[in-house]
Amino acid sequence: MKPSLVLMCAFAGALQAQTPGAAPAAAKPGLPPGIGAVALPNADPFPSTYHAPASKAVLITNATLLTAAGPQIDHGYILLRDGKIVSVGGGTPPSAADAEVVDANGRFVTPGLIDTHSHLGVYAAPGGEALSDGNEATAPTTARVWAEHSVWPQDPQFPRDLAGGVTTLQVLPGSANLIGGRSVVLKVVPSVSVQGMKFPGAKYGLKMACGENPKRVYASRGPSTRMGNVAGYRAAWIQAESYRRRWDKWIADKSGDPPQRDLELETLAEVLRGNILVHNHCYRADEMMQMIDISHEFGYRIRSFHHGVEAYKLADVMARDSISGSLWSDWGGFKMEAIDGIRGNLALVHNAGARAIVHSDDPSGSQRLNQDASKARAAGLAIGIAIDDATLVKWITINPAWALDLHDRIGSLEVGKNADVVLWSGNPFSVYTRADRVFIDGATRYDRTDPKQQWRTDFELGYVPAPSAVSGGRR
Amino acid sequence: MRITRIAALTAASIALGSAARAQETVAITGGTIYPVSGPKIANATIILSDGVITAIGTNVPIPANARRIDATGKWITPGLVSPVTSLGVVEIGAVRDTRDANARGTNNVAASFRVWDSFNPASTGLAVTRQDGGVTTVGVMPSGGMVAGLGAVFDLREGATADGMLRKAPVAMVATLDNAAAAGAGARAEALAKMRTLFRDAREFNLRRARYDAAAMHELSATRADLDAMQLVLKGTIPLVLAVDRASEILNAIALGKEFGIRIVITGGAEAWMVASQLAAAKVPVMTGAENNIPTSFAELGQRQENLGLLRAAGVTVAIVGNGAGGEEGFNVRNLRYEAGNAVAYGMSWDDALKAITLAPAEILGIADRVGSLAIGKAANVVIWSGDPFEYATQPERVFVGGKDTHVMTRQDQLTARYRTLPVKY
Repeated sequence: MKPSLVLMCAFAGALQAQTPGAAPAAAKPGLPPGIGAVALPNADPFPSTYHAPASKAVLITNATLLTAAGPQIDHGYILLRDGKIVSVGGGTPPSAADAEVVDANGRFVTPGLIDTHSHLGVYAAPGGEALSDGNEATAPTTARVWAEHSVWPQDPQFPRDLAGGVTTLQVLPGSANLIGGRSVVLKVVPSVSVQGMKFPGAKYGLKMACGENPKRVYASRGPSTRMGNVAGYRAAWIQAESYRRRWDKWIADKSGDPPQRDLELETLAEVLRGNILVHNHCYRADEMMQMIDISHEFGYRIRSFHHGVEAYKLADVMARDSISGSLWSDWGGFKMEAIDGIRGNLALVHNAGARAIVHSDDPSGSQRLNQDASKARAAGLAIGIAIDDATLVKWITINPAWALDLHDRIGSLEVGKNADVVLWSGNPFSVYTRADRVFIDGATRYDRTDPKQQWRTDFELGYVPAPSAVSGGRR
Repeated sequence: MRITRIAALTAASIALGSAARAQETVAITGGTIYPVSGPKIANATIILSDGVITAIGTNVPIPANARRIDATGKWITPGLVSPVTSLGVVEIGAVRDTRDANARGTNNVAASFRVWDSFNPASTGLAVTRQDGGVTTVGVMPSGGMVAGLGAVFDLREGATADGMLRKAPVAMVATLDNAAAAGAGARAEALAKMRTLFRDAREFNLRRARYDAAAMHELSATRADLDAMQLVLKGTIPLVLAVDRASEILNAIALGKEFGIRIVITGGAEAWMVASQLAAAKVPVMTGAENNIPTSFAELGQRQENLGLLRAAGVTVAIVGNGAGGEEGFNVRNLRYEAGNAVAYGMSWDDALKAITLAPAEILGIADRVGSLAIGKAANVVIWSGDPFEYATQPERVFVGGKDTHVMTRQDQLTARYRTLPVKY
């Protein structure tokens, strides 16, 4: 059985930078989220403890590179050292006496894949009530909850995602609530604690949700309608803006006792300051327009609409407002607000100039983001939109990196970026291709030929047969 | 329990299909044909006439009246067969009024439920499945309870009534052994006991119908109609399709089949690979997917993508049912072919994977005499693909059902056309 589709969907958005004490300005389309005010009283009470393990340099040669930063490079090379990409290109590889040399023999190399919409860890396998930790469905706005406090690092879905080439995940609360809480950005690595998986320095996201889910979950106590939903968002932002002004005034003059902290409003105020990115679950185009207007009213930015099966109807507006679309290739029809899903959605959003992102909201789909992108590309071609491999790879790498505001650090094969790299058995957009080797910060985290490089969670020990120990081999 | 007389389910299967005959003769030439029942044939011709295949091979005379289709460079396969769907009986999963796959039943048994009686030929999912996915034949199966009811097979013929699309009914009795709650039981063993009681009662009912009708028998565990419907399984007319995942419960399913001399088909089968040799020995087929490796529940801890390949290697008959993301919800029965591609990526041979989405499910559902392979006399359910059907870049270019390649603008196609250029002009 699968977790219910209807509750897991998310939505994200970018934030408007605010000067402490200043009234919120109207959002200016096209502006990136700003560097917000210093967040007080404590912006990082659960700091990342992630450290990349020391690793030998790796030089991959004779590779077909899809860099997400330019055209395809045939017979290319890439050198990973000290966790970074230190050299990448075509022609003669640099000499690297300290490096393990991997002859790709024409195989493809891409950046590590990034999923903007995951519930791994918060809806962990093997499921059931005991592991159902993704929706704090006790009140329609729960900005006070943080997804990381639900993440179970021993969720066996993590290593499977890694084997699918995914190196970075945004784990979101579910979509039962208007405002579901903070997301967390994780590296897909084994760790005793979630702190050891947290992407250092990554911004938090705020999960918001439109439409059917909140009004169904709260039908008996409200909101029970879409207009009730909208009133709920606005009421929350009004409180948040008041809170932000009280705190920013105190930060400026330090006069008297600080205001009483409020976990709910602290998160929302950080959104208004531009320090937390809004990810907004929303299916229908008309509701996306409502959410855009709300973001303008309160001066925050929407970074990404998630699911957006009707994004193709307002892709021009999304492009204008720099809102990305975290979308599926072909889901639709499973509920009323999803009946207008079309397979051309991603291609049409891309074609309109907005950032197209393949997301999953599904632990199985997350393992095949490359395949889903390929499916969406074929649908684009069928309606006259041709997308080459070098462009397509952006939908699963640099575009999601942008949605997480990590595009300066991950998402492309460029010198100086984190060495998150996947070596594929062939073209990643073929159904027959699998990830052969996955690097995170230059360290091998998965190797299809080496059972010792295949992470098994604590849960799996004694419960799940080791793939290497049974006929048929590997996961 | 005693129930007044209810119109008894007709025991004999209703063999229908090909009600609306296509008159046209079509000659598809130059492509590579994958008949499934035999090796591929390069540069081959296939003739479709009056809804059936009338010739196939490399040296086939083309009738003068034939419409010729040049398929040079194309791949030609039978129409795909998806054995377990809710097409036509569930339009929108989350809209109650459009769901007709679950019967209320009595005591968690709905054996006499004929899910096909409410099949909606106007469902928007049908053309999407056919035109986007190359799927021409679907099993429509009920769900819920311990015994969900009887399933049927439909051909995705455009513009026909439900009767005109119905290929065969009933084709299977659908039930679960691995879900105690659905069976109204507190434990798997209690669910198994309920199932065994049901079969014993059904057998006894059939032996002593007169006594039953005279109210001279002890109380039985199901209604008269349900006991009557169970005869189809006891007589071997149709198989019992059992949703089971855990290896130990699969062995219980095999034992159940032996105890009552009935045909068992496993669906779900997450851990089937662990008992592959027993399944092969008992000749129990498995219907499962290739896109799930997640221990989603404690019954599915051994779930892995090599399942199909390992089962096949052990000699088990396998058919593919989607278990990937978005699986069978909404529009995505069309993605059957990608499941086959993933099965190949995880160890199954390409030929076996094609068989697992054509001839094998047709055999399991008892319709292989008509669909699932390309041979003279078979229904003209044929797909012309732009390339390897398992690849994402490939599209089904023409899909023939009963010899007709009707292509309609689906609801999704119409939306796409409307919003191809923004802003929209209504």
